[in-house]
Amino acid sequence: MNLDSVIDILLLAFMAVIAIAIVRIRDLFGIAMLFSIFSLLSAGVFTVMDAADVAFTEAAVGAGISTILMLATLTRTARKEKPSNSKNPAVALIVVFVTGALLVFGTSDLPRFGDPQAPVHQHVAPRYIEESPKEIGIPNMVTSVLASYRGYDTLGETTVIFTAGIAVMALLGMRRSRRREDDEEID
Amino acid sequence: MYTAAGLAILITMVLAITRTLLGPTVYDRILAVNMFGTKTVLIIAVIAFMSGRTDLLDIALAYALINFIGIVAVLKFFEYGEFSRGGRGRP
Repeated sequence: MNLDSVIDILLLAFMAVIAIAIVRIRDLFGIAMLFSIFSLLSAGVFTVMDAADVAFTEAAVGAGISTILMLATLTRTARKEKPSNSKNPAVALIVVFVTGALLVFGTSDLPRFGDPQAPVHQHVAPRYIEESPKEIGIPNMVTSVLASYRGYDTLGETTVIFTAGIAVMALLGMRRSRRREDDEEID
Repeated sequence: MYTAAGLAILITMVLAITRTLLGPTVYDRILAVNMFGTKTVLIIAVIAFMSGRTDLLDIALAYALINFIGIVAVLKFFEYGEFSRGGRGRP
């Protein structure tokens, strides 16, 4: 067994441990910290699987921004999670197990990891690889797919993120201006 | 040699996770998360050299930056209880 698979197995085992801990811990600040570690671990798994772009996004969004957003939310709410008062935990357990079983069943149809005959590598990918330096003139294929072939898609995504950013800024800034008014009244 | 380095980093990751889970105080957890981020950077560097894909080093560098900014944000949250507050002494 080489080190690559040891790293794979250990990273996934860490993720399982952290996920169970997130469910069991009641301190919400600790949970935010554990989420940050969980994101770093999944980014590590993506890196091992050679998906550098996805790992990059996961680290920036998962470990960076989401942790900060969760902490910002914690400033508005309590530090402790209330004990759940659900009457029947068995129903929730059954729903989770059925959903998980369906997902695992769904993976049986997927092509093997890294299979060159997989449909995703047969459809438009050869064209991107062969033609994109000529057609677009950007040496990096991922950039030419994102910025040119799927330009409208990227524009839509950027619009969504921009709107979300404005909304968050408005929510966070609202409180600041209100407190300034309070301060002035006290003065 | 890379194997030894990788195993040592993985063992340190286990220790950091243990401290995050047990950590009695908030600062134990913050420090453990910070260390875990550093270990992720290191393990990516080891993977990069082991497999010869040195372009992964850029990602390791970006992780180091994200880790630093994240920890600063967390500490600021703990010092002021919110993010919208400025430096020391300013409202």
